Amino acid sequence: METVTRAHLVEAIFTQVGLSRNESADLLEHVLEKLSDTLESGKSIKISGFGTFSVRQKGRRIGRNPKTGEEVPILPRRVLVFRPSHVLKAHVNGTVPDLNVWEDDA
Amino acid sequence: MTKSELIAELVVANPHLTAKDVELIVSTVFNEITAALSRGDRVELRGFGAFTVKHRNARTGRNPRTGSAVAVDEKSVPFFKAGKELRERVNTGGKPVAKRAARGA
Repeated sequence: METVTRAHLVEAIFTQVGLSRNESADLLEHVLEKLSDTLESGKSIKISGFGTFSVRQKGRRIGRNPKTGEEVPILPRRVLVFRPSHVLKAHVNGTVPDLNVWEDDA
Repeated sequence: MTKSELIAELVVANPHLTAKDVELIVSTVFNEITAALSRGDRVELRGFGAFTVKHRNARTGRNPRTGSAVAVDEKSVPFFKAGKELRERVNTGGKPVAKRAARGA
């Protein structure tokens, strides 16, 4: 199992789009920053054929330190959840999806 | 926000690029992540998060409507874990939090 990093994505943009490596790196940051900004503002992001990133509000609850058994309050917080589209799920399972199901399900 | 809205905003922010180029960039990013996960690789983007593939064993599920037992095959599912920076940004909603004070308060 390999780990794909920013460098790989920059290389892919470089070869696919024909921008310089520097510009490709810059644009990748732009994309990630735009996604982050949107999620930070509490909005969800739907990428069809890929999945949905959404922000979920969690209420206060009592947690426990598993080592000491001590009760610790977990404060209300906002968390990010990712729901993969069925197209992405199919890719991961090696079952290439039928083109007819490529509707906007993300 | 949808993919096309994302592209539209990036086009405005990058007037030196054509809309077609921006679209290709965004598609390349998501296609590369999809391809990596399809190979069983993980994608780690520091500050943003990591995409990994998790394996689920075969199990006996139930049809919630009829209650009858259904065999569910083993499968792989894509999983995303937000990075530290993004997780904190989402939680605070962009409001800067003084590191120490926030913890102690």
